[in-house]
Amino acid sequence: MELMIFLILAGICTISAANILIQRQPIYSALSLIVTFVSLAGIYLQMHAEFIAVMQVVVYTGAIMVLFVFVIMLLNARSEQESPHRLRLMKYLVPPLVILLIFEVGWVIFRSFPDETVQISGIPTSMAGNTQSIGRMLFTSYVLPFELTSILLLVGIVGAILLAKKEL
Amino acid sequence: MVPLSYYLLLSAVLFTLGVLGFLIKRNVITVFMCIELMLNAVNLSFVGFARQSSLLNGQVFVFFVMAVAAAEAAVGLGIIMALFRNRQTLDVDEAHLMKW
Repeated sequence: MELMIFLILAGICTISAANILIQRQPIYSALSLIVTFVSLAGIYLQMHAEFIAVMQVVVYTGAIMVLFVFVIMLLNARSEQESPHRLRLMKYLVPPLVILLIFEVGWVIFRSFPDETVQISGIPTSMAGNTQSIGRMLFTSYVLPFELTSILLLVGIVGAILLAKKEL
Repeated sequence: MVPLSYYLLLSAVLFTLGVLGFLIKRNVITVFMCIELMLNAVNLSFVGFARQSSLLNGQVFVFFVMAVAAAEAAVGLGIIMALFRNRQTLDVDEAHLMKW
């Protein structure tokens, strides 16, 4: 059952990720990226990482993708045209090479992490996505990175405002 | 129980698709979206390993990655706006000079 849910979500995720590359209109790419993010959130839920799943929906689909869609509509992005000085060979060479690469990586992964790896049960799986313990870790052992993140976000805000100003 | 290798394989596939899009796409916004896809693939690996080892440190790192991705998206889209204002194009092949 758990495996079925994972496989269905993984299929949706992979297909929509491939659709990002296939689509020529940026707005369609953005919409299929949203589908990818939501199905990833489902996979996180299935992994009992509830906090990460909620963060995925709120931060990625809620904030970042809205920003993307706004910029696409603001700039009136058109579909990309074929450029004349592109290698025509590339179109036929790239997909087999990508599939080969994925098979290579998959072979390495399945050899390094065989299926019969034992599940170490330190924390019960129902506790593994506990928001409370993540919050406690953030404010104890990871308090310095957490504070640095706030500075990073402040720099991001200032930089975005500066870049979006009229006279650059 | 889903084995760890399935998560890692999905993560690898997503990352590869992200790299591929980064290389073949010519619209700068789509290239940027592919970077977000790569970050998500890494997040999936983090959560998978965190689940395998029953530790929460991986999930805390995913939190940091998300914060960095949010800041990066804001600044990057600001750069795209500035690029479009100066060049009237979103094609990455057109923007090959640092100064006009």
